[in-house]
Order: sequence, then structure tokens, then C-alpha cells
Amino acid sequence: MENLGIIFRRELMGYFATPLAYIFIVIFLITNGIFTFDIGGFYLRGQADLLPFFSFHPWLYLFMVPAIAMTLWADERKTGTIELLLTLPIKLSEAVLGKFLAAWVLTGIALALTFPIWITVNYLGDPDNGVILAAYIGSWFMAGGLLAIGSCMSACTKNSVIAFILTVSICFTFVIMGSPILLNALPAWLPQFIVDAFAALGFLTHFDSISKGVLDIRDFLYFTVFIAAWLLASAIVIEIKKAN
Amino acid sequence: MIEISRLTKKFEQFAAVDDLSFSVAEGEVLGFLGPNGAGKSTTMKVITGFLSPSAGSVMVDGFDIVQNPIEAKTLIGYLPEGAPSYGDMTTLEFLHFIAEIRGYRGEEIVARVQHAIKDVELESVAQQTIETLSKGFKRRVGLAQAIMHDPKVLILDEPTDGLDPNQKHHVRELIKNLAKDKIVIISTHILEEVTAVCTRAIIIDEGRIVIDGTPAELEEKSKYHHAVSVRLTQDYNLASDLQGVTGIGDVVKADEENSYTILASNSDSIFAKVSEIAQKKQWPVTEFHVNRGQLEDVFRSVTSQSQGGE
Repeated sequence: MENLGIIFRRELMGYFATPLAYIFIVIFLITNGIFTFDIGGFYLRGQADLLPFFSFHPWLYLFMVPAIAMTLWADERKTGTIELLLTLPIKLSEAVLGKFLAAWVLTGIALALTFPIWITVNYLGDPDNGVILAAYIGSWFMAGGLLAIGSCMSACTKNSVIAFILTVSICFTFVIMGSPILLNALPAWLPQFIVDAFAALGFLTHFDSISKGVLDIRDFLYFTVFIAAWLLASAIVIEIKKAN
Repeated sequence: MIEISRLTKKFEQFAAVDDLSFSVAEGEVLGFLGPNGAGKSTTMKVITGFLSPSAGSVMVDGFDIVQNPIEAKTLIGYLPEGAPSYGDMTTLEFLHFIAEIRGYRGEEIVARVQHAIKDVELESVAQQTIETLSKGFKRRVGLAQAIMHDPKVLILDEPTDGLDPNQKHHVRELIKNLAKDKIVIISTHILEEVTAVCTRAIIIDEGRIVIDGTPAELEEKSKYHHAVSVRLTQDYNLASDLQGVTGIGDVVKADEENSYTILASNSDSIFAKVSEIAQKKQWPVTEFHVNRGQLEDVFRSVTSQSQGGE
């Protein structure tokens, strides 16, 4: 597992060696501000919570996360470094996990840098900081879920733009699965348990409850299993598609 | 010792490597030759554990590359085709990363990196990001990465491709120095490289071995082996003088003016005979020398002209 750490550090360093990480963080912070204050009406609501801040995260991640994830494996394939990496004495799982964790930590750093809004809300009122912490963790896990999808899509192609488009599409499906928009569109004759199962697979269902402060282990379990499943899929795709 | 037995690699229906068996012992430098698409790179990718074989096995010093990939990969230093490396890192950072992955810690990382940098003369670009380097330097970074851990098995896919003649010479010297107690496999298009560094050569075509031998043995298979080249001051009918002499085959007109190549009809030397006749008949000779076999000629005669895509 030592190799995991070495790969993780190389990848994270790679993000900061190019402007990518900085651009990602700056754009993330700016759009977060716009969403929270302008569209979310942070001040107008007159409530000391960060609900307007977190409720936009799924939509923000929808475009930001695939942008990070698209290069994970597509670039390795394109430049041929995948051959170098996978002929070093490491396990494929270490490479998949190390790369994923580096990208996940990058989103974590971006998320942590939104702390001024937490200071603001504490200055203006008396929020429940436990709920806010839970929501932060929930948001980070959601980003992880989307990243894991992106890792798999990026493994499917040499072309990072294709990886981006695929990731956005699949992420979009999973985000809206639990939303009323999609659930209302389902035909009425479907049995309730199917509708429930559908909703249970969606990101919004789980994220909404976490961001309201309902810390259910099942919601975290959902994201963890989700991440694990997509990373496993990434490893399988890499193994199959190495030859091309 | 590397043992490849009955190795087959299929891509869908197309067999890139077809029932290939050979072994390489310590101290051997094996030149791996063949036309484009013959399966050279694919074979190397399977030996290094990047691709898994469709059938057959690869044993690296007793470790099966499929069953014990980590142990086998630890023994191997590999320069993949095109010498890929992480362009956004500096030479130093990249080699540092490789040293860490190779299991070195602390002071030893610095020592290994410095040693590798010195071996392939990368001092001048140590602090530069790899993507800004010239093709020759990039290839040397790839070489440094491959030799870093003093591997028992060195597999180099076209190590001198894109280098200038000085760099080529340098890389060949490096390989020769490294080779003493190691197993080296080099794929190349450049046939002179085989004579320069290899102790053994395998020519493969369509995934199969067509020739396996020392470079000298390969040369003997050439029709130019033992042939005598003559250059004359004026045109002269050599063929009529040579008619009927045993051991002498065709007389071929060479590219240059008034130049001929006299081929041997079997593997015996004909130099003495030709020289004797030349003196007796007083040929107007300005140049007279014995050819070695031409590898290029052997290469062309044993490989098919069909060009597959790789």
C-alpha cells in the first residue's frame, strides 16, 4: 500500500504543477458564491444555515468534477504513460485508487476553501455547526461518487473530451434519479417499490438528508459502495482496454 | 533467464504473436528484429506484463509474469516504445518518483537518481520539465528510468529511435556496459545496431520466429556473404573470366560505375580464387574487397513484404 501513497502524491503534485488545480479551485469558489448569494438568496432567507450553499453543489459538481476526472486515465492512454505505470511493480488497484484519491483530495481542498461562508454564517447568526459539518462531508462524498464515475469513463477512451461528455451524462442521470422531476415523469402504473428503488439510487435523495443534518450511516454507505463499484469498474475497463 | 514458451497474443481474431518460444540467458543481448507489425512491441508488452498473453507463458527468472507480476516486474527495467514519461514533471521529479516506486527510501533515492542521471548524461536538463525537452533527451529520461534500479532484465523498445548519431553511439555503449551479467532485449529497425551491440538476433515476422542466431550466423545467410566487390577503372567483362570456376556464382553489377560484386555460390571463401584470376588476367582494378553478409539482405529475404498495422 506504500505505492498507493507514492502514486497519490505524484498525481496531486501533478494537479498543482499545472494551472489546472488553481483554475479549478478559483472557478469552484466563484460559482459557489454566485449560486449561494445570487440564486440561492442566502441573505434574503434570513436563516442561519448553509442550505442554499449546499443545495447547488450537485449541479455545480455536475460540470466541475468531470473536468477533473476526464484526464485521469484518458491522458495516460494518450501519452502512453499507462504502459510505463502498469509495468512498474505496482498493483493496478494501487494505481486506480491513488489517482482517484488525488482527484478526490483536490475537490476536498476546493470545498474546504469555501470556509469563509461558514465564518460568515457564524458571524451573522447561530447556525447548527454539526449540520454544516455533516453537509460538508456529504458534499465531499457526493463529489467522490461523481469522480468515481469519471474515473471509469476516462478509462474507456483516449480522448478526454469524450470522457468529459460521457461523465457529465452519466453523472446527470445519477443526480436526477432521486429528484421529483424524474420521479414524477415515471409512469403512474409502476409499483411503488420500483419508484422507491429508483429514488434510492439517486444522489439527491442521499445528499438531501445528509445536508439537512440527518446523519444516517446508510447514506454514507451508499456513497462508499457507489465509489467502490465504479472504481472496480475502472480497473476492469483499464484491464480490458489496455491493448488498444 | 527469461523463458518464453508457446506465447500467443491475439487481438480479436488477429494473432499478433503466434506460438512464440525462445529463452534468453544472462549476458545475452538479444536484438529483436522484424518489419512493422511483426509483433515485436506486442511481445515486449507481454514480457513486461503490460498485456496478458492469450496463451503460453513468460517466466522471468522463475517468476511467471501472470502469476507473480510484482516479483517479475521488480526484476525488469522497461523502456516502452516512444519513451513515455510524465511531461508535467521535471526530469528530477520524475526519476524521484520512479525511485520511490522501485522501493528506494531516503538517501538512497538521491543516490539512485544521481547515478541514473549521470549514466545517461541528463545533468543539463535535470531541472527542466520533461515536455520541454528534445526527443533525444526524452528518450534518455526513459532510459534513465529503465536502468535506475540496476535491473536484471532490461527490455528496450527502439532505444535509439530519434537520436542523433552521437547519442546513438552513446546509448549503444551504455547498453554494452550494462549488459555484462544482464539479460537485454532490444527491438530495433536499425540493422547496424544488431552488429554493434547484440550477441544474438531474432527476426520475427507475422508473430513467428523466422531466424534465431548470432549476428555472424545471420550474415552467413546473406547471398553477399563472402562476395567480392571489385571496382574497375574501365569496363571489363569479368563474367567470362570467371566462368566455370567452382565456388563462384553470379556477377552482379553494383550501383557505382564500373563496379561489380562477385557472389559466392556456396559458403566458402572465394577471395583467393578471384584474386588469382584478377592478377592473371590483369583486371584494371582500383578497389578490391571482401563483403560481409548484409543483414539487410537477410532481413528482406526472410520477412514477407506484406505490411500489417501495429
